[in-house]
Amino acid sequence: MLLNMFLTIVRKEITRFMRIWTQTLLPSVITTILYFIVFGAFIGSQVSDVDGYSYMAFIVPGLIMMSVINNSYSNVVSSFFSQKFMRAVDELLISPTPNFIILTGYVLGGVLRGLIVGGLITATSLFFVDFHIYNLTWVILLFVLTSLFFSLAGFTNAVFARKFDDVSIVPVFILTPLTFLGGVFYSINALPPFWQVVSRFNPILYMINGFRYGFLGISDVNVFFSLGILVVFTVVMYVFNLVLLKKGVGLKN
Amino acid sequence: MNAIEIKDLIKTYPPGIKALEGISFIVEKGDFFALLGPNGAGKSTTINIICSLVNKSAGQVKVMDFDLDKDDLKIKSLIGLVPQEFNFNIFEKVIDIVVTQAGYYGIGRRQAEEKAEKLLRKLGLWEKKDSVAQKLSGGMKRKLMIARGLVHEPEILILDEPTAGVDVETRREMWDFIKELNEQGKTIILTTHYLEEAEQLCRRIAIINNGRLIENTSIKDFLNKSDEETFVLDIADQVGSLPKVDFPLKRINSTTLEIKIAKKDSVNYPIKILDQAGIKILSLRNKTNRLEELFIKLTKKE
Repeated sequence: MLLNMFLTIVRKEITRFMRIWTQTLLPSVITTILYFIVFGAFIGSQVSDVDGYSYMAFIVPGLIMMSVINNSYSNVVSSFFSQKFMRAVDELLISPTPNFIILTGYVLGGVLRGLIVGGLITATSLFFVDFHIYNLTWVILLFVLTSLFFSLAGFTNAVFARKFDDVSIVPVFILTPLTFLGGVFYSINALPPFWQVVSRFNPILYMINGFRYGFLGISDVNVFFSLGILVVFTVVMYVFNLVLLKKGVGLKN
Repeated sequence: MNAIEIKDLIKTYPPGIKALEGISFIVEKGDFFALLGPNGAGKSTTINIICSLVNKSAGQVKVMDFDLDKDDLKIKSLIGLVPQEFNFNIFEKVIDIVVTQAGYYGIGRRQAEEKAEKLLRKLGLWEKKDSVAQKLSGGMKRKLMIARGLVHEPEILILDEPTAGVDVETRREMWDFIKELNEQGKTIILTTHYLEEAEQLCRRIAIINNGRLIENTSIKDFLNKSDEETFVLDIADQVGSLPKVDFPLKRINSTTLEIKIAKKDSVNYPIKILDQAGIKILSLRNKTNRLEELFIKLTKKE
């Protein structure tokens, strides 16, 4: 019975993002191709190797992670908020579907979109650069944990959002700057000492570097610390969302 | 066993707006129950609390002996709600909307499709199963909401203004369908602004006004409280001045009069008097239905 409830939500989520694939899957691939061309081929050819890898190879993990973060987050926030906006979420709230199934179902939708987009970008990157994955287990672990965390964060945003503007505030004003400053395009070792310290307060730095370690075997930070932070944040976000659902914050009253 | 027991239910919305001020009532199993009240009276709040869409501030809600505070998931599986507003994804197919809803109740895909087919056929929507909901007429959308509310075969069906904005023919069809459900043993709770609908369908009635329960009785007993009726008379010729009579008589326009008659009195007497005064009556009808008259009187008094 619980499995049927769970599968219903996940199926609904997959159907939603596949139905509008030109809005959900394609843009990230196009944007990443442009990054590869501009930053990788044009500008990257002027840049020397980073930690023994070509600049193009160096930015691949960051670009994949950037798309995974954006897609996981935006899938859950837009899907759950639009359900809330149309009051369609009421049909879920009046049903006996437990809160953890609602949360896990929506989050898995975000994770799957993140994985599909990440897979598409990884495949696309092979046209631009030849690379071998250093540690596949690590790549999958970081991939899944990062998309889980950002799907959960998207859910929180959707719960608190009251209008469509609230849905775009976090991605535009918080996620994008943190991602760009999280070491997608550079190693923080290239920064002055002060900015290196500041960068270490950016959680996305740990995710990108952890992922880069899985891909290339190099990282600016301790990868086990990255993994630990990610696990802790994910668990905290999951519990926090469950509390929000239990109290009905933004959904009831 | 009662279908629903509500005791001292209080709801206060921030920043202190009292929506419900301690209402109590019982809905018996198998009943056809009308929950009436003017806009903003607290009907939807009551329904939403029963359906777990709003958190109560105080009081007790029991559904089929299950306490909302302890067994909310069990209660949710017993209730089907047909909300007033269309709240489905208009870009989804009709069949998908119903099957997805069944899934929320733990029903497997194949079984959900069978149940959805049965309901959509019964409600005359099967031909539209692959249409997106956006393409449906207003009446069809209402029927879709009913199909969705029934797909998990709830014991109790709550209908919040189910016939709002639908044409007369569709309304009658829906009445017949809902009556049939009640005859099969489902408990029905209905809120409506069409008091004729409540009078025709329901056995018991509760009226909420300003968050308080002001009436809770059988429709029959309630209607017996009416002490007078208003009739509208269409007359053949224009009347100059009204004759002096010993019952309330009012001119609406040159060819329409209005009379009030005590419920215990016969309508023959005023007609005879008006006939003697040379007024030829072409037709006679109730100004409003009886329930409506009482409802207005009660809620105004409050």
